[in-house]
Amino acid sequence: MTDNCAPRLCIAVQAALGPFSLQASLEVGAEPLALVGPNGSGKTSLLLTILGLRKPGQGRIVLSDEVLFDADLAIDRPTEERHLAYLPQDFGLFPHLTAIENVAFALACRSKRVSTKQRRDQAMTWLDRFGIGNLAERNPSRLSGGERQRVALARALASSPKALLLDEPTASLDVEARVEVRAFLAESIRSLGLPTILVTHDAMDVEALASRVAVLEKGQLVACGLLSDIRKTPPTSFASRLFPASTRPGHDRQPL
Amino acid sequence: MVGLGGCLLLFLVLPFVALILDGGPEAIWRGLGCSLTWPALRLSLGTTLISVVLVVVGGTPLAWWLARSRWRSARWLEILLQLPVVIPPAVGGIALLLAFGRRGLFGGTLERLGWTPAFSVVAVIMAQVFVSAPFYLQAAVQAFGRLDPNLLAVARSLGASPPRLFSRVALPLARPWLIGGAAMSWARALGEFGATLMFAGNMTGKTQTLPLAIYTALELDIHTAQALSLLLVVFAFALLLFLRRFNRGVEPTRQPATP
Repeated sequence: MTDNCAPRLCIAVQAALGPFSLQASLEVGAEPLALVGPNGSGKTSLLLTILGLRKPGQGRIVLSDEVLFDADLAIDRPTEERHLAYLPQDFGLFPHLTAIENVAFALACRSKRVSTKQRRDQAMTWLDRFGIGNLAERNPSRLSGGERQRVALARALASSPKALLLDEPTASLDVEARVEVRAFLAESIRSLGLPTILVTHDAMDVEALASRVAVLEKGQLVACGLLSDIRKTPPTSFASRLFPASTRPGHDRQPL
Repeated sequence: MVGLGGCLLLFLVLPFVALILDGGPEAIWRGLGCSLTWPALRLSLGTTLISVVLVVVGGTPLAWWLARSRWRSARWLEILLQLPVVIPPAVGGIALLLAFGRRGLFGGTLERLGWTPAFSVVAVIMAQVFVSAPFYLQAAVQAFGRLDPNLLAVARSLGASPPRLFSRVALPLARPWLIGGAAMSWARALGEFGATLMFAGNMTGKTQTLPLAIYTALELDIHTAQALSLLLVVFAFALLLFLRRFNRGVEPTRQPATP
């Protein structure tokens, strides 16, 4: 990053969400944030709101010094101008394009005056950086879960994002791939230093990938803090189940 | 149970058997030689080709908009656009005549511009587009509606502008269903009879398409009508074969197998 100040993603939104309302106020800097909560608590809705695919009734979303959404000022930047990398659960690779074409797609969106040849070379560089240059001509259907994850991340980063949004990054993988992907993601997230929000159901993901945790319950953000603090004093029964006592070595539960 | 099914099966198959066997090949061959055949065949193929192109060129963006719109009126519009499927084609013909005929609502305006579409080749194409477009629209709206919303979300997050999203993601992913819809729409246009008769008339060499030629031939010689009908059956059968083959080739890309 060339900026002097570290990039930050600040979210304070209120939106109607089925039976309840989504209400969350978060700040994410270089420390990755895990968004946890039971099914239907509004985690994915919050991600979609940040992405600009759902419009909140109230609030403000700011990425570094750029206002992405402001209800009072009637600012609502379209998704394609928000520069947010989004990795859905199934990675969202375009099935009609090969691995390298998937990456080239992102490059084409951001830099229009580049020749196809140059774009391919750049895409190849991205694939090589993630150790999957040999899979360039493969279709996504012929890639393993871990390989797809790498292509998806390469493609996301090729679009030069300013923040990273991951929706259950390991949920669709088998156990072995999960370990590999987790290690790879942890390393990538650390080295990128971009504001990162990851939605997850998996305590191992939180542990490996995030340093801060936000807990959602029925659309409300009930707690947000360091993983160690959330673990010490789980704010909801969901959080205490997600981080059971046995995985809290050296920490006794303290009264609130 | 089996008896009932068998009865229906026989009922559905026997007319085709008769259509193929009756009179023998010589009578059919003679029927094909009738003076109505080639002008009608040429007109049918030419006009339906133009109709399908018009339907696809206009219908694809309209379907994309309908599928994407969160506007409630879009749902109503979708239902309204299906109307030509369920109304009798003759009603469509009358409606076209009342709209674009010489004395029609817009006919006067068109005539002042020096254009009277009714009872011309253009009217044949208009009638075909009117009755066949809903078939394509329905297929296309469904195809676009079935696209994985995650893929579209990802494409936008990567910076894809609306035109790029449409041309590089939605269109290639929906293509198999769009082609299927276009084929069905073509079949409907090829068989179009009622609206054409009302709005374009039945003039040999000018507005007489194959179905109208069959109607006219019936008064001259049943075997000519039979020959022309067989011609349409051949086209329809070829179309079904094409769709089957095509759909088989398509399935694997629709749902990528997990390795």
